[in-house]
Amino acid sequence: MRITVCIKQVPGTSQVEIDPKTGVLKRDGVESKMNPFDLYALETALRLKQQYGGEITVISMGPPQAQAVIREAFMMGADRGFLLSDRKFGGADVLATSYTISQGIRAAGPYDVIICGKQTTDGDTAQVGAELAESLGIPHVTNVCRIHDADAVSLTVTQDLPLHRLTAKITLPCLITVEKNIFEPRLPSYKLMCATAEREIRVLTLADLPDQDAMHYGLNGSPTQVKRIFPPEKSTRQEKWDGPEEESADRLFRFLSDRKFLQKLG
Amino acid sequence: MPHIIIHQEKAADPQQLIGLCPFGAIETVDGRLSITSGCRMCRNCIKRGNGVFELVEEPVAMVDKSAWNGIAVIAEVEEGAIHPVTFELLGKARELASKIGYKVYALLIGTGVTPLAGRLAEYGAETIHVYDQEAFRYFRIEPYTAAAEDFIRKVRPGSVLVGGTPAGRSLAPRLAARFRTGLTADCTSLDISASTDLDQIRPAYGGNIMAHINTPRHRPQFATVRYKIFSIPPRNDAPAAEIVHAKLPEEKLRSGIEILHTETKERMRGIEDAEVIVAAGRGIKKPEDLAMLQELADLLDGRLASTRALVEAGWTDARCQIGLSGRTVKPKLIITCGVSGAIQFVAGMNGSEKIIAINSDPDAPIFNIAHIGIRGDLYKIVPDLITRIKQSRTED
Repeated sequence: MRITVCIKQVPGTSQVEIDPKTGVLKRDGVESKMNPFDLYALETALRLKQQYGGEITVISMGPPQAQAVIREAFMMGADRGFLLSDRKFGGADVLATSYTISQGIRAAGPYDVIICGKQTTDGDTAQVGAELAESLGIPHVTNVCRIHDADAVSLTVTQDLPLHRLTAKITLPCLITVEKNIFEPRLPSYKLMCATAEREIRVLTLADLPDQDAMHYGLNGSPTQVKRIFPPEKSTRQEKWDGPEEESADRLFRFLSDRKFLQKLG
Repeated sequence: MPHIIIHQEKAADPQQLIGLCPFGAIETVDGRLSITSGCRMCRNCIKRGNGVFELVEEPVAMVDKSAWNGIAVIAEVEEGAIHPVTFELLGKARELASKIGYKVYALLIGTGVTPLAGRLAEYGAETIHVYDQEAFRYFRIEPYTAAAEDFIRKVRPGSVLVGGTPAGRSLAPRLAARFRTGLTADCTSLDISASTDLDQIRPAYGGNIMAHINTPRHRPQFATVRYKIFSIPPRNDAPAAEIVHAKLPEEKLRSGIEILHTETKERMRGIEDAEVIVAAGRGIKKPEDLAMLQELADLLDGRLASTRALVEAGWTDARCQIGLSGRTVKPKLIITCGVSGAIQFVAGMNGSEKIIAINSDPDAPIFNIAHIGIRGDLYKIVPDLITRIKQSRTED
């Protein structure tokens, strides 16, 4: 089974703050790491490989330093690594990102299953996986919490939805996004670290991709534009209501109503 | 296309300039500043870089926005009923549409869903397109995308709002990629400008940063919004709406996904899973009075819990005890009634999103951690509150 796992390097913490005066992000001592949700995707791939054999390719997109997460994937057991890295990919939104990854996956060769994590911890959109499946023209299933079976033509999985669990057989090639805790991710292995230290990471630039029209990538290929960023309003301040009981009851009613705790369907 | 050029000669303090970028995308290579692929075009460096960074915009191909009109809501059906997030989106769509003279459309996809179309009209949809076919029994991505694509090509809406449910978060990106247009996920605020551009605000970095996002050159504009972000609008009993029945041909309904088995999850009834909790403490004078708090919990679709003292007195069940020797809870809302707030109790609930404490003792430690501390007699406040809630429901 040829499995491709999409991974991303993200800031080591989401505890980033914006300086309210300057509008600048405070980044002191922020290190990078593999997006934690991708560890579950990678572990799922490793389990599939253990059971059915095959090869695991990891693909990432980012600046040259993002090679670090591909090295980490090697230490967990991934076989091949590709990094999409080019100034022309910069400023990519969901559409341009998923399109660039789809081109990278095409360049990396044939695949049976693509596995993505639930979301990233920086962008938080949880939308790249589904857009990637569309760009590749393959079916996708999200929220996968269990893998049952795989054969040469299909993968059988369970999807965890709010009210139901759905077991579905998906024709290959396909894309799945996996839930946190589908499997406990293994730790990187020292042995594998030594064994893969010299392994090549293929860096893919625009010139390596099937579609070389720069208008489809990066900022050019991004329909959305970030107009501005700003810190959220702090809602943690404490209030004391010392008024007469009738007044407090009324305020509490309005609070519950405003915050939609009273919503009932008519 | 806008891009940033760097005037190296003006760069007096490269380190300070590097610090301007919230995404760490400015670096120095051989003493020269450069922008890496991490750039998100937030333009912070342009605003604050004292002229070192300049935005260059060239004229770009722009979609004819006047050819894309109206706001469409993709309805979601769950257990044979319209998911309430759909009504919330219809309310917002109505509000935005009336600002710029747009119409509100709804798309309803499913099996046996035709009778539900009227519900969408009651909450503000003027034209409802219904795709009611056997292939839509389960949410499978290809047939649902095909139906929504068919609808969008016919109606050509300027904006499409989709619920941030698992199905919506699967369908919206698929459609956005198909139409090669913008999608903004999990918006917490939506507005519309005279140019018909949606002003979308969404959190990033786990909610530590808010981003204001536009889709200025493409149509339609896709946005997903989670449940309970917007309010359900008042229901209209006698709406006038047009219902359009559509069918997809067999070849558009093919799917590589076959549903083998479905299992309904057990309703989680533990207090750990409750979104709203009413917690009773020693301020409750006798066991019969718990009925009043149970009633409040029911009205809020929540669960009644208690402190250890009430469990030990035999008034409440051990399974609903909050605290170190009980359960840890993290609901969206907890209302503590007559709870003093001993550390053992607080340890089991201080991760709650909103803590409201009602207690007559102004020095009760619970007030140290409550977001809203109400000093007063719970025997007056709770019945008053219950009456207000019931009144508001009969008014509807």
